[in-house]
Amino acid sequence: MKKAPLWITAGLLTATGLGLALYKVVAFGFPLKPTEESQVWTVQARFTIDSYTRPVKAVLQIPSDPPGFAILDENFVSRGFGLTIVEGDESREAQWAIRQAAGRQTFYYRAVVTADEHRSGSLQPPRGVEVASLGEPFDTARDTVVAEAEAQSADVPSLTSEIIRRLNDSNPDENTALLLAEGRSLGRRAELAVSLLTSAGVPARVVYALALEDGERFALFVPYLEVWDGAAWRWFSPASGERRLPASLFLWWRGGKALIDVIGGFNPEVEISTWRNVIAGLEIAEQRADLERSRIMDYSLLRLPIQTQSVYRVLLLIPIGAFIMVLLRNVIGVKTIGTFMPVLVALAFRETRLLAGLVLFLLVVAVGVGLRFIMDRLLLLMVPRLAAVLVIVVLCLLAVSILSHRLGLEVGLSVALFPIVILTIAIERFSIVLEEVGAREAVHQGLGTLAVAALAYLVMGLDTVEYLVFVFPELLLVVLAGILIVGRYTGYRLFELLRFRELGIGNA
Amino acid sequence: MLEIRRRLRQGGVLGINQRNAEFIRRLNPRRLYPLVDDKLRTKELAVAAGMPVPELFGVISTQHGIRTLPELVAERDQFVVKPAHGSGGNGVLVITGRRGSLFYKSSGALLDERELGHHISNMLSGLYSLGGQRDRVLVEYYVRCDPILEEVSYRGVPDIRLVVLNGYPVMAMIRLPTRLSDGRANLHQGAVGVGIDLVEGRTLDGVLDNQVVTEHPDTGHRLAGLRVPAWERILKMAALCHDMTGLGYLGVDIVIDRDLGPLILELNARPGLNIQIANCAGLIHRLRLVEEQGAATPFADDRLEFCRRYFRHQPVAS
Repeated sequence: MKKAPLWITAGLLTATGLGLALYKVVAFGFPLKPTEESQVWTVQARFTIDSYTRPVKAVLQIPSDPPGFAILDENFVSRGFGLTIVEGDESREAQWAIRQAAGRQTFYYRAVVTADEHRSGSLQPPRGVEVASLGEPFDTARDTVVAEAEAQSADVPSLTSEIIRRLNDSNPDENTALLLAEGRSLGRRAELAVSLLTSAGVPARVVYALALEDGERFALFVPYLEVWDGAAWRWFSPASGERRLPASLFLWWRGGKALIDVIGGFNPEVEISTWRNVIAGLEIAEQRADLERSRIMDYSLLRLPIQTQSVYRVLLLIPIGAFIMVLLRNVIGVKTIGTFMPVLVALAFRETRLLAGLVLFLLVVAVGVGLRFIMDRLLLLMVPRLAAVLVIVVLCLLAVSILSHRLGLEVGLSVALFPIVILTIAIERFSIVLEEVGAREAVHQGLGTLAVAALAYLVMGLDTVEYLVFVFPELLLVVLAGILIVGRYTGYRLFELLRFRELGIGNA
Repeated sequence: MLEIRRRLRQGGVLGINQRNAEFIRRLNPRRLYPLVDDKLRTKELAVAAGMPVPELFGVISTQHGIRTLPELVAERDQFVVKPAHGSGGNGVLVITGRRGSLFYKSSGALLDERELGHHISNMLSGLYSLGGQRDRVLVEYYVRCDPILEEVSYRGVPDIRLVVLNGYPVMAMIRLPTRLSDGRANLHQGAVGVGIDLVEGRTLDGVLDNQVVTEHPDTGHRLAGLRVPAWERILKMAALCHDMTGLGYLGVDIVIDRDLGPLILELNARPGLNIQIANCAGLIHRLRLVEEQGAATPFADDRLEFCRRYFRHQPVAS
């Protein structure tokens, strides 16, 4: 009676089931609750140019694996232009080109993105630092500022912060003031910070981010600093010195290029808009897993045709019902008619709702049992008699449907969804128990069946349960483990405690 | 609840789950089940082993074979018709007399030949067999009640159930038919279960529907203290049934005929647990005691000696 293999098997099954489910939750953000919704943003760049009849080439910097976000979908729209996507080390460009275009041309780039804190952006380490000369006296001023800042800092982050602090100082020292003489805009300060950092041997670059806001039609880019600290890229706000990229900032492009670059056109105008759409979290997870080209999703239930999916929505619940059945029979000790009949009845209840289901079930079975006893006098052979009961069941269902329709009760119509064969077998078994063992036992077993069916229905009907087994079918392995464990339960059943309660008092 | 659970554990009461997992599944190989599930095979086996059984008048195995019934029972007024695969006494039809072409059931109701035929036809179709597979029907000798037991039976023959582990009878009870049970000896149909002291073959108090009773509900006769006739032979027959079938955990049903003495009625590979209620005692302690014996001795007499030594009924001291 060794139980070790059982526990090992059950443990492995549980670990596999939970592990797979957990992986789906963590890696792709599959939501654990059916109502969980995550925020999805649409970012759109719309730009227009005017052109004469000659070749036009327009280049738009587009997001490439922005940290903290996953791009779920991308669209490129233009009229008749050929599109090429060019991926560089640190940039990604959409290049539209046409041999001839006349008049005003409109281009759209639209991306659907969602926040995903696990994505840090797949960034390459820097290739080295090139220090560009600013010309004298700026080079000297720069070197002095860097030397002072280095003296007051310990590492790359503190150096960066120090440089940003100096550039933002409302009362800058003379070297800094010289550097800022050409302008004090945020963009200019960001570029200067990069220049200062690179001259200190620290790879750095300016990136442009978008603050996501719902319904923003003319969004502006915020320059940010991306600094290599020797192991990873870090982000700094050139305005506040904040040492991280806020979750609301969507990093659009990096590198020193302009957002749009047009050859053969003029008057470029850009509008950046952002808005929020809320879609079911599950959809996002699916799209995201798709994006990662995960094998898991290739073999997912969600890839099946919708009709098949809806079949599995029900089928996957049966093991849950079976588990409840096992618990009620082997641990509680409820007696039922037929082993799995209650589960099937519970499935039928899904269509009729509980109360109506119970009433209709009782009604049809009662009529069936009554008629069966009348037929018993005809001395039929067993199989023909079963067939006859089946015919009666069908007619009963029809009668209930028609009557309830006449009475204006919609619920009666759903009776047609009861499995006919199940009803027939229920009638036959009930009749035999009634005849052979007596009414009390028959009612006992009948009530047991209905009680189990009702409980199974209630559990199977929980949105969470239905959702979980559908999205994480691997959880059924955990159910399987549970069934295995109950399968070796050798303790008393609850009802046995009642049955034997007079026993075991004094004897040993 | 927990208190009851603890008490039952202490009293060694066997539960269904434990019975199935620890005794039936371990000691009763599946392949041996047909020996006891098919009453016809059990009978053949017992006859071959030289054990007394109710005489078999005939077997009906096809629908058209029903026509041979009048021939089979031509000379007999009393006989029993039962499905070979019936369980728990279901489907058993006891004919206690005839008037012309009509048959008296044990309940006193009358049946004509056609109704009897219909009943047999149902049995053949598998109405009473597990899983509904086709079945055969046995027509056999009607056992008449022993006068001692007649006083505590209502229109039927009591049967004695023994639970036998590895050839050691560990517990016994007698099931007495009542008006409620329609002359049948099935506890869940309303028969009275009465524990038997394994050593002396003397009856104890009875249990009806889980309630202790001291008198038969119909005859009013006191239940305790009756001496079961031919007890030694009954014990030995039960012990030998293990050797005959190879089943380690076995229920043996024995009836006592007025003239022929104890006869093996049927065997059961999944004997019920009610015997514990009838005896007011748990099975586990006795089962463990037998298991500690290790390999069973091939000699039934030695095993019975062991049973007599250890399985005397101990009155409940409550």
